[in-house]
Amino acid sequence: MLRLVARLGAATLTLLAATGRFAIFIGETISHLVRPPFYVGEFRHALLQIGYFSLPVVGLTAFFTGGALALQIYSGGSRFSAEAVVPQIVAIGMVRELGPVLVGLMIAARVTSSIAAEIATMKVTEQIDALVTLSTHPMKYLTLPRVLAATLVMPLLVGIGDVIGILGGFVISTQRLGFNTTSYLQNTADFLEFHDIASSLAKGAVFGFVAALMGCYYGMHSDRGAMGVGRATKSSVVAAAVLILAANFLLTEAFFSA
Amino acid sequence: MITLTGVKKSFGSNHVLRGVDLHVGKGQSMVVIGGSGTGKSVLIKCILGLVKPDAGIITVDETDVTRLPREAFLARFGMLFQGGALFDSLPVWQNVAFRLLRGSLARPWPEARSIAIEKLGRVGLQPDVADRLPAELSGGMQKRVGLARAICAEPEIIFFDEPTTGLDPIMAGVINDLIREIVTEMGATAITITHDMTSVRAIADQVAMIHAGKIRWTGPIKEMDTSPDPYVDQFIHGRAEGPIETIR
Repeated sequence: MLRLVARLGAATLTLLAATGRFAIFIGETISHLVRPPFYVGEFRHALLQIGYFSLPVVGLTAFFTGGALALQIYSGGSRFSAEAVVPQIVAIGMVRELGPVLVGLMIAARVTSSIAAEIATMKVTEQIDALVTLSTHPMKYLTLPRVLAATLVMPLLVGIGDVIGILGGFVISTQRLGFNTTSYLQNTADFLEFHDIASSLAKGAVFGFVAALMGCYYGMHSDRGAMGVGRATKSSVVAAAVLILAANFLLTEAFFSA
Repeated sequence: MITLTGVKKSFGSNHVLRGVDLHVGKGQSMVVIGGSGTGKSVLIKCILGLVKPDAGIITVDETDVTRLPREAFLARFGMLFQGGALFDSLPVWQNVAFRLLRGSLARPWPEARSIAIEKLGRVGLQPDVADRLPAELSGGMQKRVGLARAICAEPEIIFFDEPTTGLDPIMAGVINDLIREIVTEMGATAITITHDMTSVRAIADQVAMIHAGKIRWTGPIKEMDTSPDPYVDQFIHGRAEGPIETIR
């Protein structure tokens, strides 16, 4: 019994220490936002890596999801003669939920893993120490540009994902399910509200922040060796995915409850 | 110039430094020798503030390093890392001129590039290397680039961590000669960490041997071979038998 309590205590302390480390990491990252110098070149590079190079994966994911969603809504809706709601449900489903979440998860897979592996490798090969000896703060040079770039570029990616997702639904609905082109577009435009779009983009910003932050955090706290790099990469993706889904629930609650 | 007094550092139950006392005079080339895992690298990381000592005082020019402004303090140092620690994503010249491209020492890019190429030339590399990525270079070339980076901002103090590890004897000799020439030419204070006795004889003015977390012996290079310390004797002659425990 005593051993169980001791284990529980140790686990609680470990959890509290990790939470504290993470909170300090977030605080430190944000504090560098207002303290010069700023590494504009690194920021631009991060924008390109996280934003531009993620476009193909975001586009493909959104397109196929939009198409599949149209098929599902049509098939499910036909059970109670509600096939006509396909444009509205695809639009609201993509914009409010699937667009931000899927783009967030794809970014977690593509960007979080890449950031964590890169920074962890830099740590293992003493490149982080080298940065310090060259009077460059690693948080300012590595973490801030990536987190800032992901936070700013993700709403754009989500917006593009939303549009391509709706396009996927539109293509399937008009080419395969026999919907009229004009009325499909009209229904989509009429049904979406500013609030839906704003919530989608806001979710994107939060998910981008979470995805990049997790990559940087686990990279910076990686253990030594190839195993350490592998573990940091895996943990960063898992943590980012879970936190994105949790944040999605909280944001949905905040935006759409009541 | 650099003085360590009672510096201690432990990682969990592993007591790496158990009270290191060491003095390195201005313009001296001090080589710290000792077996693998005896805390040589931790020692220089403590001086640079990369690792925080648990106890003890480290001073540079009689000022406690913890009280010096960080950026100004680090601007006085150059360091050659064991594995080079070159930034993979940057071309060679940007690695060398890293300090000149950002921060308080920032200069226009063309000027920084020209200084980088000059420093590459100083370590025996041609200008065409400047635009290559570190991964495209051999181990010896990477060490030279690391050396060029260490001296690029003309620091007062240079640290060399295992400068010849992983190099063939000829390349190791070239690097040793370069280090000696550069340290003499720049009048810099240098601390070199190594267990390569050829490097010790080529680079050192003073030698310190670290064992079991403490400095066992320190003295001029010319007295090293006649040191009465049995640990030094065993180490410099590479004998398996002696007071230093070996696993066979």
